[in-house]
Amino acid sequence: MSALLEVDKLSVTFQLPTGPVMAVKDVSFSIAESETLALVGESGSGKSVTSTATMRLLPELARATGAIRFNGENLLEVTPRHMCRVRGNDISMIFQEPMTSLNPLHRIGRQIGEVLTKHKQLKGSANRQRVLELLNQVGIPEPKRRIDSYPYELSGGQRQRVMIAMALACEPKLLIADEPTTALDVTVQAQILDLLKSLQAQYGMAILFITHDLSIVRHFADHVAVMRYGEVVESGRTLEVFDNPRHDYTRMLLDAIPRGRKEPAPADAPVLMSGRDIKVRFPLKKRLFGKSEYFEAVRGIDLSIRRGETLGIVGESGSGKSTLGRALLRLLKSEGDIRFEEADISGLDKSGMRPLRSRLQVVFQDPFGSLSPRMTVGDIISEGLKVHHPEMNRRQREAEVIAALEEVALDPAMRNRYPHEFSGGQRQRIAIARALILKPELLLLDEPTSALDRSVQVRVIDLLRDLQKKHGLTYLFISHDLSVVRALSDHVLVMKEGRVIEQGPSETIFSNPREPYTQALLKAAFLENEVAA
Amino acid sequence: MTTDNSSITAPPGAAPVGESLGRDAWRRLTQNRAAMASLALLVLIVIVCVAGPWLLPWGLAEVDWNAFGTGPTLEGAHYLGTDANGRDLLTRVLYGGRVSLSVALVASFVSLVIGVLYGAISGYVGGRTDNLMMRFVDIMYSLPFMFLVILLMVVFGRNIFLIYAAIGAVEWLDMARIVRGQTLALKRREYIEAAHALGVRDSKIVTRHLIPNAIGPVIVYVTLTVPKVILLESFLSFLGLGVQEPLTSWGVLISEGVDMMESAPWMLLVPSAFLAVTLFCLNFLGDGLRDALDPRTR
Repeated sequence: MSALLEVDKLSVTFQLPTGPVMAVKDVSFSIAESETLALVGESGSGKSVTSTATMRLLPELARATGAIRFNGENLLEVTPRHMCRVRGNDISMIFQEPMTSLNPLHRIGRQIGEVLTKHKQLKGSANRQRVLELLNQVGIPEPKRRIDSYPYELSGGQRQRVMIAMALACEPKLLIADEPTTALDVTVQAQILDLLKSLQAQYGMAILFITHDLSIVRHFADHVAVMRYGEVVESGRTLEVFDNPRHDYTRMLLDAIPRGRKEPAPADAPVLMSGRDIKVRFPLKKRLFGKSEYFEAVRGIDLSIRRGETLGIVGESGSGKSTLGRALLRLLKSEGDIRFEEADISGLDKSGMRPLRSRLQVVFQDPFGSLSPRMTVGDIISEGLKVHHPEMNRRQREAEVIAALEEVALDPAMRNRYPHEFSGGQRQRIAIARALILKPELLLLDEPTSALDRSVQVRVIDLLRDLQKKHGLTYLFISHDLSVVRALSDHVLVMKEGRVIEQGPSETIFSNPREPYTQALLKAAFLENEVAA
Repeated sequence: MTTDNSSITAPPGAAPVGESLGRDAWRRLTQNRAAMASLALLVLIVIVCVAGPWLLPWGLAEVDWNAFGTGPTLEGAHYLGTDANGRDLLTRVLYGGRVSLSVALVASFVSLVIGVLYGAISGYVGGRTDNLMMRFVDIMYSLPFMFLVILLMVVFGRNIFLIYAAIGAVEWLDMARIVRGQTLALKRREYIEAAHALGVRDSKIVTRHLIPNAIGPVIVYVTLTVPKVILLESFLSFLGLGVQEPLTSWGVLISEGVDMMESAPWMLLVPSAFLAVTLFCLNFLGDGLRDALDPRTR
């Protein structure tokens, strides 16, 4: 088997003002024609740096040593001019963010056509013909109409298809796919992966697939290389590595699937919160006279949560699950009844809600956006105390902060530091501590683990489960990640386009879904395999 | 959260202090040589302008009958010469610096306070309030500045505080727009939402969360406002609407110097040099601050 791409002892060093940092150390692997190699690792493992080095797209601060041989030619030594011919022609690349990797000002037909003009000197109608063909191949409906669309007119999945069409335009021998499905919903993710597989068979190209998601790798790649701290710790045939991992780190990654189930809450527990016919709408166009136009994000939802229970709300992006959560906590205006311990809270204004705020808390998705960068961790955590316990003095507040930090397993000595000094998982713990310090009864968790690496995710989930048991917390858990929801919830509510399409005890939903949409979600999430594993 | 936790006994303040974004920015600023040199030079100019006139033998309006329009000379201690009326130029430049710099300081500070509060409130409250507040800003923009100044002069007579007021009344408009834009972007951040969920009052959200996070661009803009204000005052004085004799400012001195350009070039060059150096320093400092406050670290 001759290698198409051979990476030999590749090292990449970044010359930062604070000193050199080695992002990739002595990495070697090879890909044969029409084969798929998956480069797996958590954030910061150097997998993306390796792939950009292959395309010679590293930032100026970086220096690469070693060899990257493509068809026997060392790409690190060829002229920039030659490299331009290789890029897009022999090797092409698709990126993670379909929302930002297309130029919003040009029609998609022109963006795909540009590649053909550059490398194949195809112009005019021949160019357009080939673009239509490509759009057809990547499964864009009505390519004749879509060829003149702007990127904003397409959905995330369609944009990623356009990116793939662009990458395939010159029938490259190697396709580098850098987390091509991470930003997409699970059902779309499955479609894109199927598309890549069928195109690979058709064109016979090799794929270097970069991902952090091991369940995808198992289905998709022939070979796998596991990276950590810039080094390949283990590589081999996918099935061998997965069935018989030799390195501890690989084992840890494979194990990092949220396991276990929540102990059910007592059946006679009182209802803590309930909602009837909740509706949320956002104005699209406001008119002074006549009818304004609205977008209905939540269209009439009934639900109830018992004390000590976890209600999982599942849905794809745009299903209205986050909007529903915010409406329940009265962070957004909504219609319909919301009751908290029998009392109707839907009519309360800001000051009326204030005493209840300490009992209803929230943890958000983005650990980087949910902490004010100009405040110390201690100030962030103690802010709620200043509102709800104005009688406390500095010392008492500090004592509470220390206790809260210990509870989320962070070193209390960190309390005078600033958020930017912490990792994603640590920041999420800080956000949890900020919510917990007020001793809430209901905690809204809006995708609290989605932005985290798998191994960190598992630890945060364990923490949430422990805290729930210890304090008898009630969780409203919003997520698109079904395996996480399964590990945490008593009840599950499946949402689509602002409505609940299926709900019930979580075991029933996961083992015996009724609605085709729920079935599709479960199937796309590769859950069957994780159950088998 | 149990309160019988053992670690509570740890003395408060024992925890290591982290590096705040402000201190981080300061560290980066100190590494910028041009900005630091500018800062040092600015401080020097301020000290000289404040303390200098006391050390010099000549007063602001004191006439040396032996030296009308002489060039720089050690004789009679006219180190930078005298003007056509025999007044010591260095003394006058330093007095003028006091006026120019204080106008700059006061007007920038006024524009900072009004602009930041106005912009933050407008952006944060949003909706109709935002609309009304910003339309008011538009109306203020459309008033011709010179007309406003002349009107003020006519009503209140010539007064240095009027210049402060007139410049401050115009300069805060830009600041309000910048802060409003920042606020609109910031108010959708999750930490603002988290503050809502904690029940923090709106006034506290604005002062504790919004303004500190919008302050980066604001500081940079202030360093650009200061030279703008100095130029504006020079412009007003040049037209004869500014400070009144015998008090002077850099703008007035330059305008006098222009008249004498051919016979006594130092009268133009000296105040111009002071003004130019100050403006250069402020611009370099502004550049340095912008680089130092670059939010890459966030």
